[in-house]
Amino acid sequence: MKPITATIVTALSVVCAAVLVFVAGCAPSAGGHDGTIRITGSDTMVNLAQAWAEAYQDEKPDVSCQVRGGGSGVGIAALIGGKVDIAPASRAMSEAEMKQAEEKTGKRPKEIIVGSDALAIYVHKECPLDAISIEELDQVYGEGGKIEKWQQLGVDDPACPSGEIIRVSRQNNSGTYVYFRDAVLGKDGQYKQGTTALSGSSDVVDLVGNTPCAMGYSGMGYFDAAKVKMLKVGKKKGDEAVSPTLATALDGSYPIARPLYIYTLGEPTGAVAEFIDWILSRQGQQIVKDVGYVPREIPPGESKPGEPTPAEKPAPEDQPKA
Amino acid sequence: MATITGNLNERPARARRGSSSLQRLGELAIESLIRLCGYSAILFVFGIFFFVFREGAPMLFGGLDLVKFFTSTDWNPVSKTPSYGILGLLAGTASVTLLSMALAVPLGLGAAVFVSEFCSPKIKEALKIAIEMLAAIPSIVWGFIAYMMLNPLIIWATGAPVGLNVLNASIILALMSVPVIVSVGEDALKAVPDSYREAALALGASRWEIVYRVLFPAAKNGLLAAVLLGIGRAIGETMAVLMATGNANQIPTSPLDRVQTLTATIAAELGEAVQGDDHYRVLFVIGILLFVIAFVVNLSADLIVRGIRGKQNA
Repeated sequence: MKPITATIVTALSVVCAAVLVFVAGCAPSAGGHDGTIRITGSDTMVNLAQAWAEAYQDEKPDVSCQVRGGGSGVGIAALIGGKVDIAPASRAMSEAEMKQAEEKTGKRPKEIIVGSDALAIYVHKECPLDAISIEELDQVYGEGGKIEKWQQLGVDDPACPSGEIIRVSRQNNSGTYVYFRDAVLGKDGQYKQGTTALSGSSDVVDLVGNTPCAMGYSGMGYFDAAKVKMLKVGKKKGDEAVSPTLATALDGSYPIARPLYIYTLGEPTGAVAEFIDWILSRQGQQIVKDVGYVPREIPPGESKPGEPTPAEKPAPEDQPKA
Repeated sequence: MATITGNLNERPARARRGSSSLQRLGELAIESLIRLCGYSAILFVFGIFFFVFREGAPMLFGGLDLVKFFTSTDWNPVSKTPSYGILGLLAGTASVTLLSMALAVPLGLGAAVFVSEFCSPKIKEALKIAIEMLAAIPSIVWGFIAYMMLNPLIIWATGAPVGLNVLNASIILALMSVPVIVSVGEDALKAVPDSYREAALALGASRWEIVYRVLFPAAKNGLLAAVLLGIGRAIGETMAVLMATGNANQIPTSPLDRVQTLTATIAAELGEAVQGDDHYRVLFVIGILLFVIAFVVNLSADLIVRGIRGKQNA
């Protein structure tokens, strides 16, 4: 009996290791090109991509879409490996990643902006705090930052007796993680050690909603008034703070709004190109709005088939609009 | 060889000869198939170790500052100046494992003693089924329990700001390793010859004295192996701890601190890492480290079990 149990445990660890190995090998499984569009990437955009896919399939039953999240980094890595058709990303691909994709597949990824997101700062719905500045956020999240307690932000929450700010962040393959670091913590900023890293955009909202002491960031599409509230954000302490809304994200007055991208390998063709045209059409853009993000323009314009590149394309190393 | 002896043996029963040699062929095929299955385990273990090692080796032997790797808590693999320090992750794994064992060992051994020595056969049957059920619960379900049930419970009970922490993960891991400890521990107790118990009874020992003074020393090695296997289970667990620990890289100073473990780091980050870059390789170095830890734990368990058998045969 004993050796059998021992063997079982050994076998279990072997299986674990095997799984570990396979995670690397086939994270996004290679689907065929028989009318299946493979979409893997940003977790911020996974709801959006799913909504697109469902609406599009209603219209074109012969096309099926396979949507997966995992994080912008996961999607970009899969695109570089040639394993997906479309990689949604909540951050721009870096030049190094573009080069890698070109070397591996011979095709340079094409960047298409499909909307934007005001990155919302979430707190528990009962939290007395209403507004925060980028400077303060840097002090809360950034390595070397001085703010550890809610009192330092000027509030005293009886629901959080310890007064400690529980920092909730994303895992480091998330585009949101990278965007927040670059936009809030500065060029050489690092997160404080001891920051909770969660694997999903909705996990952040769930945890913050359950935890009066917590503060987290996530796409505005995940807002749930029953659990959390979104803070107004100002650039500096004392500046006027702005709520994350469609309008403020679009006119740039909300300081941490960011474009949402999709990437394809080379110029999209066939079913993928049709799908992207549809995404940029009025119907596709209406879905962006319905899911809670900001369409490319308000009011949504007419559909523009065959013109996937947006007119005003920000630089790749996109910083939040000042 | 086989056919010749077959012919000699079966000369009297000519009619059955055809089917018999067919049978023998079938047996041969099955035997070699089974043998292949047996050897394949070795093949897989070595194959996997080779693969993990090959992916990690370029970083392990070139580029990775091993001193910093083991002594720094800065884990910033995707920063512009990446730093790979796993001290915080090691501390996370160690703290969760230690506390979970502090909970699971008394519970598991207590249950093993009860099942093996004190309960009636009917209850024993029921308990064994229940324990097996406990072992069959998938780890992601444990993760849900940690996240949805234990989290608010711990906040309510301790006043901690967040209920995802060392304590939460330890409770979950303890519950996951108890079945292993109970079944291996019970076997160890059962292996103690009844003559020991009878002798102790004849000397007027109470049941507790039999357990404490006779069975524990006699089954010492088996019980230790049970504990080590439990530790192996706790160290290797991934999904449940990813959800239960709060996943924050720091050295904990209390059971209510959040931590991040080695396994959870691999699970959360490997999907992103571009094959062949430093981050990817460092994750495999962590994989090698886990492999070594699991190997040491399993090997010591195995050696200890063998120790018992040797003694029993002697």
